[in-house]
Amino acid sequence: MSQTDDHTNNDQVDNGHVNNDHVNNYRRKFLGQLAAVTATGALGSGLVLNNFAQARPADEAVSSNVRYGLLIDTSKCGNGCDACVKACNDENGLQGFDRPETDAQWIRTVKLRDKSTNRTVSLPMMCQHCEFPPCVDVCPTGASFKRADGIVLVDKHLCIGCRYCMMACPYKARSFIHEELTGQVQGIPRGKGTVESCTLCVHRVDKGETPACVEACAKDGHKALIFGDLKDASSEIALRISKEASMQVRGDLKLNPGVRYQGI
Amino acid sequence: MQSTFITNITGIRTALLSLMLFCLPAFAGVPTPDIPKGKGDKCVEETDFMRKNHMELILHQRDETVHRGIRTKKHSFKECINCHAVKDDDNVPVDFKNPKHFCNSCHTFAAVKIDCFECHASRPGNDKRGHGKTNDSAMSKH
Amino acid sequence: MAKIHYREIEGNSINYYILLGFFAVIIAIALAATYYMEHNGHHVTGMTNQIVWGVPHVFAVFLIVAASGALNVASIASVFGKTAYKPLAPLSGLVAIALLMGGLSVLVLDLGRPDRLIVAMTNYNFKSIFAWNIFLYNGFLVIVGVYLWMMMEHRMNKYSKAVGFAAFTWRLILTTGTGSIFGFLVARQSYDAAIMAPMFILMSFSFGMAIFILILMGSYAGTGRPLGTAVLSRLKNLLGVFVAAVLLIVAIFHLTNLYATEHHGFEQFILLNGGIYTFLFWGVQILLGSLIPLFLLYSPATRESALWITISCVLVITGGLAQMYGIIIGGQAFPLNMFPGFEVSSSFFDGVVNHYSPSMPEIALGVGGVAIALIMVTIGIKVLRFLPLSLDDAIVDPHYKPATEETAESEATA
Repeated sequence: MSQTDDHTNNDQVDNGHVNNDHVNNYRRKFLGQLAAVTATGALGSGLVLNNFAQARPADEAVSSNVRYGLLIDTSKCGNGCDACVKACNDENGLQGFDRPETDAQWIRTVKLRDKSTNRTVSLPMMCQHCEFPPCVDVCPTGASFKRADGIVLVDKHLCIGCRYCMMACPYKARSFIHEELTGQVQGIPRGKGTVESCTLCVHRVDKGETPACVEACAKDGHKALIFGDLKDASSEIALRISKEASMQVRGDLKLNPGVRYQGI
Repeated sequence: MQSTFITNITGIRTALLSLMLFCLPAFAGVPTPDIPKGKGDKCVEETDFMRKNHMELILHQRDETVHRGIRTKKHSFKECINCHAVKDDDNVPVDFKNPKHFCNSCHTFAAVKIDCFECHASRPGNDKRGHGKTNDSAMSKH
Repeated sequence: MAKIHYREIEGNSINYYILLGFFAVIIAIALAATYYMEHNGHHVTGMTNQIVWGVPHVFAVFLIVAASGALNVASIASVFGKTAYKPLAPLSGLVAIALLMGGLSVLVLDLGRPDRLIVAMTNYNFKSIFAWNIFLYNGFLVIVGVYLWMMMEHRMNKYSKAVGFAAFTWRLILTTGTGSIFGFLVARQSYDAAIMAPMFILMSFSFGMAIFILILMGSYAGTGRPLGTAVLSRLKNLLGVFVAAVLLIVAIFHLTNLYATEHHGFEQFILLNGGIYTFLFWGVQILLGSLIPLFLLYSPATRESALWITISCVLVITGGLAQMYGIIIGGQAFPLNMFPGFEVSSSFFDGVVNHYSPSMPEIALGVGGVAIALIMVTIGIKVLRFLPLSLDDAIVDPHYKPATEETAESEATA
């Protein structure tokens, strides 16, 4: 597993060489160090492998100079693979009650079949972290909000469980907690009567790590999900988006989601 | 973010609570809460200050963390839980359902209901201890 | 026109207490149902992550919409100066407040965290039409309350027209806001239409009037006070106009959708192959709730019969509930169109018509809202002077001719 990660980081450095002459020294050095750490990491813990950038200091507020997003290359999505879904459920302690209609799903695999050509595509669908999120617009109490760095969240202290955001979301990204929960993961509060959705693993991002789904996908060797700062021109995600075609789901709504797809 | 209304109520409650605690020695024979000691020498703030104001600190930090992504450890709820974890006979931290839980030890005595643990984990660790069990017990209820 | 004498109803009969007891039992059942749903969580209801608003919302929105409609009678009197409606104005205000309270109770009791109602009252997101509605609903209660005071306190009568005008404007904005809850939802094919707001206004005229007529007839029959044909025939004619207006705007709504190819899927669902939703649309909303009442309200054979007017009102209300069910639940049942041109499937019910079967607790809560409204009216007319002693033609009708008195009497006692 660490081998692939090692690869990943080297890829990034290569990308820098080939695509961007202005890649700054600091960054190159940092990635180099990361690669070294990764190699060492092959023997032990994999946690540090997932650093995508320097973590923001804990006492510093999130900034709008950053906008986090995902690029999902559906052509790399493994057939029948649900590693990202499993990783999300595990990371966030999403437990099923064998009630598919009411169980929470933050990320799901959606299968598409082109009605005219029969081509099939499989892709992960989750909160798209819109720049102009309808859930935030409609929320009466301001519980739905967008963090300065573009991550759309629910402040569960303010959520009254009216579910208007679920009516407003074009992606069916949100779930309502239909029963009392116990045994929540520390740092991932979840409770009956409130609405929730993908947090882009904000607890990991704040530590400088990538979301669990991205890590799991890379671990499985697909690397269909890339996480990064869309505003940082030298980030892998920004470079890819500037050079390759990608699309936003329901782009007609002009919500400018932070999640982009390729190969649909 | 936090409404002044709720803050006021909290203020009144904490004032009453501290009054009760201060008056305790005067009432011999009145049962007193047996508050377990946390890890380390002392809390992040003076004990008296914490008795009166822990909720203010938690509420403040809550909004800072949720909305601005500030995750300093000093007043973090997670660190409260980690430091004040009470272990049972098997050396496993107890959850909020257990009367020995740190928060329970005083909140039960003061009859102040809190709903933090409807959503938040009430004991340290990400080891998903409760998960299989939780699922089963939830299932068996229905 | 003779002077109108308003009096409290006596309300000491066995029947009055049976009625109160009946409503109280229904409310108690609704509260028990609420406790059951809130204690166990919403998984015990028919609501899911796909159908997030269920039967409680059908009742709540229906009652809220009807509340503003019920105020119309008072508005016609004070804003449009029609003296024949003036004796009905206080009752109209009372019914409006009661219906709104009933609807809001249901809405609040269905929240995931009803215990946090204070949060909704202290934290506002002013971009949310829902937050605006919280203001509009609370404001409505206050304005109509003041309006009642102006009408019922003799010294204040001179202000009643001005306040009545404010109340009328407010109620129009309120229903616009309620319709916009759906109209602003860009994500869903079934909503996302500016016509939702005027459609809800017309629906409020119709539903509110039907409920008002029933309450009026019920309270006069129950107290034995005379109710002339003049009042009834004006009200039922107005109801007919409103029912026709709703039909018209519903036709415009669907014809507009049919013009745009992208909405054909949704229209096909509602109009042709949506199962229960198609049945509710054609069978209940259009036929039972609109065409048949229209016929009954204007046909020479039935238009003067109190019984047929009652039946018409009941049908309009039934049709209205069906229409709400179609809008709220049918609108969510139709799948979101995330990937046009693709057949979509997932573990989260993407691409399929969402399943919903209402549970008993939900229905109990919804009906409880109706009972809350009715018990408020029942108590209200006993404690304050809402009802005129007589609504006989001789008293009410400005064009009254004594020759018609006999028919009027027989009508009132029928």
